[in-house]
Amino acid sequence: METILYIATVEKDGSLAKGALEALYAALELKSTLSGAKFVAGLIGTDVQAAANSIAGCGAEKMLGVSGSDYSQARYSSDAAAVTAFAQAAQATVVIAPGTSRLNRVLPGASHRLGGVADLHITSLSADGSDLTVVHWHYRQRMKAEYQRKNRPWLLAIDPGIYPVWSGAAGTASVEMVDVALPAVRTQVTGFHTPSADEQTIRPEADLLFVAGAGWTKKQADGQTHTADAERYILGFLKATQASLGSSKSLVDLGGEGQDVLGFLTHLNQIGQTGATPRHPKGLSTCCHGEEPHVVGWRFVNERRAINLNANCGWAHGKADVLYVADAFEVMKKVIELL
Amino acid sequence: MSTGFHIVVCAGIVPDPLQTLEPVSGPQGWALKNEMMLPACLDPWASHALFEAANLAKNVSDSKVWLVTLGPKAKVQQVMMTMAQKVPFELVALDGAANGFTDAAETAAALANAIEGIAGLDKSRLLLFGGWESASRGAGATLQIVGERLGITEQFQGVDQITIKDNGAMEILERVEGGSHQVSECSSAPAVLGWATGNLPEPPNNSQIGMQNMRLIMPALQKAPATKIGTADIAYKGIELPKQQRNTRIVKDVPVEEIAREIVDWLRG
Repeated sequence: METILYIATVEKDGSLAKGALEALYAALELKSTLSGAKFVAGLIGTDVQAAANSIAGCGAEKMLGVSGSDYSQARYSSDAAAVTAFAQAAQATVVIAPGTSRLNRVLPGASHRLGGVADLHITSLSADGSDLTVVHWHYRQRMKAEYQRKNRPWLLAIDPGIYPVWSGAAGTASVEMVDVALPAVRTQVTGFHTPSADEQTIRPEADLLFVAGAGWTKKQADGQTHTADAERYILGFLKATQASLGSSKSLVDLGGEGQDVLGFLTHLNQIGQTGATPRHPKGLSTCCHGEEPHVVGWRFVNERRAINLNANCGWAHGKADVLYVADAFEVMKKVIELL
Repeated sequence: MSTGFHIVVCAGIVPDPLQTLEPVSGPQGWALKNEMMLPACLDPWASHALFEAANLAKNVSDSKVWLVTLGPKAKVQQVMMTMAQKVPFELVALDGAANGFTDAAETAAALANAIEGIAGLDKSRLLLFGGWESASRGAGATLQIVGERLGITEQFQGVDQITIKDNGAMEILERVEGGSHQVSECSSAPAVLGWATGNLPEPPNNSQIGMQNMRLIMPALQKAPATKIGTADIAYKGIELPKQQRNTRIVKDVPVEEIAREIVDWLRG
């Protein structure tokens, strides 16, 4: 019989983020299908009471907490110790956590301390009787693997954007605080580098992913590059739609090689083989090219359209719902006017 | 007293990203079709880690870089012909399976043992580098477990930058949600840094560096111990390529205005 421990970290305002509530949904769905499973929740943060109250109706047999200033920051040494302490206190056999940067950082290390195993980037949980099966994509989202494990505890991080957000009743939760033995800590989080709202082009919650390919900075029909125009059109479109911006690897690599590139692109915008594979309801790619390995960047985008001068482009054929064979400069200029 | 870093970069061997990959199941378990025939390269994120390690070693005196890799010896040799020309390092090789179907914890145990065996390695000055996840298994777990096995409790993942401050502390930028970086200050080594892309371009080939590296690479390959890496407790129910093939509608020879209108309607729909 499995004991499922759900772990989440509390935001600065005392709430649980969307990804944390998605993971809660996943954990509860698993509990309902895994025969005889117990369910325990554990929260990490400066003060966890408000967050615990917000999920009081989740049906956890026990609500564990670790709080204090040591847990206000996302730091390996303190977070790994907290996760380990939770799993031991709950005698967990399965740990479900949101796949955030904070928890992805610590789950594998905690699994080693617990004598268990860990898998990150899980996209599906299912159970048949007492057998838990997970789905993980290998080779940068190019092949899907379904597997089970015997070793316990099994720590699993669920990628965001897959499960619905849990939306049960709030209430007053009784939180059992867990003592954590912290090691000597040599790291302090000193701040964040966050682009201003105007400069921010990565918007994980956006309805649309706009993918800018290398074609934007290549020579156009007149034999010249038109990088300034490209920047104006792309930023104009992002402003009008509040879309998130992704770029192909080749485009950000050009920057590293000192070539003329779109000034607002960074490696963080990179999607695909060595970049992100974001999840958005819609995706519009422009001037992208390449075959399967390049297309993983929009593997998890539902509705896909592409603008490309090449009707046979491997990026779009069989991968996009619609391919517009046209000049992206002209089309996007007109799209912005219409928007 | 020496103040330089001993930087150990863990890097796997993966198929060239442009290759077509197909999983096949055989008597030895899951593998890639024609795996030994596929051109290989050093794992991309781990490559960034290697370039960042070399840059750090160049800028902090009395530092040294080791590259620890686990893969079929012939493949490692093939990849080293290229990588040896990029930056100076000393190779520590393990001869074993490198595909994405093996277990991260088993791999981590083998890497940790190899690191423990490096002659002259000062663990108090150790910076353990690698990619924050591989382009094969993509577990995002191996480096953390190696760190734990080596007793390192200061770990960072998704690293894009390290700066050594005047007091010797490390300022580290890690990728976090929403296109932001978390800034941390770690007072001293040892630490684990799982790199994302970093900021450095791939160095150009340098034949002089290549010749220096190869003097140590060939002996390292010759003495690479056979290392059995399996799937541990993983029981695969199936591994498959995505089957969904979209029926792409091609819109061609249509006025730009009409295309733009259709796109706007779709966006608003």
